Amino acid sequence: MTTAPEIAPEQTPEREVGKARLRKEDHRLLTGRTRWTDNLNLPGMVHLALVRSPFAHARIVSIDTSQATAADGVVGVWTGEDLPEQGAMPIAWTVSEDLKVPSLLPLSVGSVKHVGDVVAVVAATTQAAALDAAELVDVDYEELPAVVDPLAALEEGSPLVHPDLGTNVCATWGMDSVTLGTGGNVEEAISAAENDPDQVVIRRTLRQNRITPGFIEPRSIVVDPTAEQVTMWSATQVPHILRILLAMTQPIEEHRLRVIAPDVGGGFGGKLQATAEEALVLLIALRLQTPVKYTETRNESMQSAHHARDQIQRLTLAARRDGTITAFDVDLIADMGAYLGILTAGIPLLGGFMFNGIYKIPAYRFFCTDVFTNKVMTDAYRGAGKPEATFGIERMMDELAAELGMDPIEVRRRNWIKPGEFPYATVAGLTYDSGNYDQATDTALEMFRYEELRAEQARRRESNDPVQLGIGVCTFVELSGLAPSRVLGSLNYGSGGWEHASIRMLPTGKVEVVSGATPHGQGHATAFAQLVSDELGVPFEDIILIAGDTASSHKGMDTYGSRSLVVGGMAIVGAARKVVAKALPIAAHLLEASPEDVEFRTGRFEVKGTDSSVSMTEVMLHTWLCHNLPDGLEPNLDSDYTFDPENFSFPTGTHLAAVEVDTETGRVHVRDYVCVQDVGVIVNPLIVDGQVQGGLSQGIGQALFEEILYDEDGQLKSGTLADYYLPSAVDVPHYRTAYTVTEATTNTLGVKAVGETGTTAAPPAIVNGVLDALRPLGVPDVTMPLTPVKVWSAIQQARGSQEEVTG
Amino acid sequence: MTHDTLPPRARPEPAVAGLSHMRSGMVSVSVTVDGVRRTADVEPRTLLVHLLREQFGRVGTVIGCETSNCGACTVLLDGVSVKSCSVLAVQADGATVDTIQGLAAPDGTLHPIQQAFHENHGLQCGYCTPGMVMRTVSLLQENPDPTEDEVRAGLKGNLCRCTGYQGIVKAVQAAAAALSTSATSTSAERTHAASEVTS
Repeated sequence: MTTAPEIAPEQTPEREVGKARLRKEDHRLLTGRTRWTDNLNLPGMVHLALVRSPFAHARIVSIDTSQATAADGVVGVWTGEDLPEQGAMPIAWTVSEDLKVPSLLPLSVGSVKHVGDVVAVVAATTQAAALDAAELVDVDYEELPAVVDPLAALEEGSPLVHPDLGTNVCATWGMDSVTLGTGGNVEEAISAAENDPDQVVIRRTLRQNRITPGFIEPRSIVVDPTAEQVTMWSATQVPHILRILLAMTQPIEEHRLRVIAPDVGGGFGGKLQATAEEALVLLIALRLQTPVKYTETRNESMQSAHHARDQIQRLTLAARRDGTITAFDVDLIADMGAYLGILTAGIPLLGGFMFNGIYKIPAYRFFCTDVFTNKVMTDAYRGAGKPEATFGIERMMDELAAELGMDPIEVRRRNWIKPGEFPYATVAGLTYDSGNYDQATDTALEMFRYEELRAEQARRRESNDPVQLGIGVCTFVELSGLAPSRVLGSLNYGSGGWEHASIRMLPTGKVEVVSGATPHGQGHATAFAQLVSDELGVPFEDIILIAGDTASSHKGMDTYGSRSLVVGGMAIVGAARKVVAKALPIAAHLLEASPEDVEFRTGRFEVKGTDSSVSMTEVMLHTWLCHNLPDGLEPNLDSDYTFDPENFSFPTGTHLAAVEVDTETGRVHVRDYVCVQDVGVIVNPLIVDGQVQGGLSQGIGQALFEEILYDEDGQLKSGTLADYYLPSAVDVPHYRTAYTVTEATTNTLGVKAVGETGTTAAPPAIVNGVLDALRPLGVPDVTMPLTPVKVWSAIQQARGSQEEVTG
Repeated sequence: MTHDTLPPRARPEPAVAGLSHMRSGMVSVSVTVDGVRRTADVEPRTLLVHLLREQFGRVGTVIGCETSNCGACTVLLDGVSVKSCSVLAVQADGATVDTIQGLAAPDGTLHPIQQAFHENHGLQCGYCTPGMVMRTVSLLQENPDPTEDEVRAGLKGNLCRCTGYQGIVKAVQAAAAALSTSATSTSAERTHAASEVTS
């Protein structure tokens, strides 16, 4: 266990795995030697500007493009009617039999369903000319009634987002412990609890705010149709998936399309999509047979790039008065927005497997209703379903503790899975391979000085201090490492969950690692080189990563769901082990020994019991020379490996937040944040800490600052970064992080995932902390984001109602 | 947060939109960018960041928001950090502009601030990095020995979505220490040299 948050770079344990290696990626990024998609300019390239709907729901009566077409520099103007070759955008997850899939065309035909829907596209010789001409496109709309609130959308007589579907219900999906064979009947258990004086039943309705992933690099696309393979550069997380989906839906065959994700400036799930804009740039490039570029503005990004979360959670928790949970019932309303992105309908379902958290729950049910509204589609954002679930259960654990007058740690401890109980089959049908929640929590409590803070809290309460102290707790587990292909198949997910890698052994002793996991800031080039260096004994410096291009890394499932190390990394390890297996008979031949007598250790093939050996580097050269190899052996060390995980990865941890709430202004200040995580064996502590700290800040953003707002007509009120508040350096604390290690048993490295842990654990930790401070004042709940005005209003309301009671 | 201050926008509104009446006539501007004097004809509405990226090909400086919130486009204008999406190209006429691409030594040796970002994991995807580093240059000129709180306040106008800022803050403080050491040693060398001359 490492408790020291400070990391000394370049410390040298024997193995690369575990070293805080400084990143290979940094030098280019720090000197502006970068390849963002928008940096690309090609000969003859034209620029696109898009005309977007100002209405949440409207019929397109007519579009007059004549003025725009005649403007300076304009090469062409198209409406949906002008592009009969366009195909509807794909979805990749048919979650249920009753799933309704609305048609999303790259360029709208007939109607628009949310502010930002694209109605026309202008191509011009410069971006400025395209934008000027786009202003000249005259669209006549007939405004239609819109529905914004998902509960209103479910009411009888609500405007229909898609009248042709006849309902705003997109899909329903459920699971329960009886059907799964994992536990009892929830309704019976809750009903029994209601009639049992030794039990409590707690019902709460919680709200997940609508937020945006908030990547800093706006999305950008360049398509060059001037070669045999049409090349698309896109600021995407998923070039491999994008290629397949575009080939399946647009007029281009898979083998004629090459997709490249060059440097990508953050994604967080927001660039895990096949977008209408990507299809449009492709379609126009195919029309014009010349390179085409489109880069969105931030305002366009806010009104077209997918949003996330936006759920209503109706939760019922039953427990005995000693704190032991007896049943948990989850009824979700999930806002899809107006369309389905590739995973939109399935995101809430991922939470279904996680609402039970780290606890032993004897009866469980999950039911989700996916609902259409006239807003931007929701889809994956860092955590994807699991932060929502963790918020639900962890808020309820605090509500239970408050109801019973128990310490929130103790009520959790009473219910969580104990170290000796792994592997543990959960009530939601998963098997957690390993974990030690006691160890992580005890470490966190000590670092946090929990008892001292409780004492300070009591003092402040007694003295009616205007600044109250709250302690927020979240103990969590995360479903990561997407994903075992068979499980995905059982969920009607449209692909496997494997990852591919190739290792190319160059004659000068250098190594190219080709990975299908496409990086966009995670540090793959560094961490993967550490893995390969340990496997092959080749120096870290001599290894380079090739990724993000369907031509050079031809197979891949890309990067999301915290899968890069636990799936992508294992593919690389598999390929490396094949390299060693191929090299061994060649080494034996060079050593004039029998292969059975040769073993590979730290970069050298050694004849057992002798000092005779040959290095991997020498084998690489000899294989290339091919002058002296065993008879009949293929002169090739290069190896491919496709890894399909046998299980998900379950990183866990305990997060404790000390929040100060100014009861006079409603301002929340995160004074301290301790997070002790178990992410299994750590490959690079520097990168792990960075992933944790970044995720925490996004989680605090959701809890305190961020919200996509629409007015009742469906107008987007948070369309710029002036209106949508991304946390800055002053808004987040100095985190204190530490790690406990229980090795994953589902892969040979013992590694678990890390990327989504912060966004998963931070929102409930922060909200629990604020409510811990305010509960004595009579504040029952504040919905995220906990802005000063909302916190202040909740306090005023509580005071008012208390005065009513006492007065 | 003021969610209600701006009216909803129907169409993309980059800074160039709505200024088409100003399109008449091009203006010649001359700017020294990373030590090279460059001249271009621009529309009066052209932003400095567009001049840098599109006409001068200095694409190391990037655009993140166009509302001066994210700071990704930060450069030094006559030595002071500005958000180049909020400066007109014509305002930079005759000025010196320093970007991330001119900060390292000609032999590729990183500037102490760049080196500190590298050593303290002050970047992940790297998109905010050019702005973050250039803002740090200015910040450390304003305050050569900032506290953690002062660093955070000084970087408030630059958004990073990846790092959670902790590595960045650490990097800025490490850079401050490195720069002050090098400044001290430089002045010590100077003092030493001066004393040799006088003796």
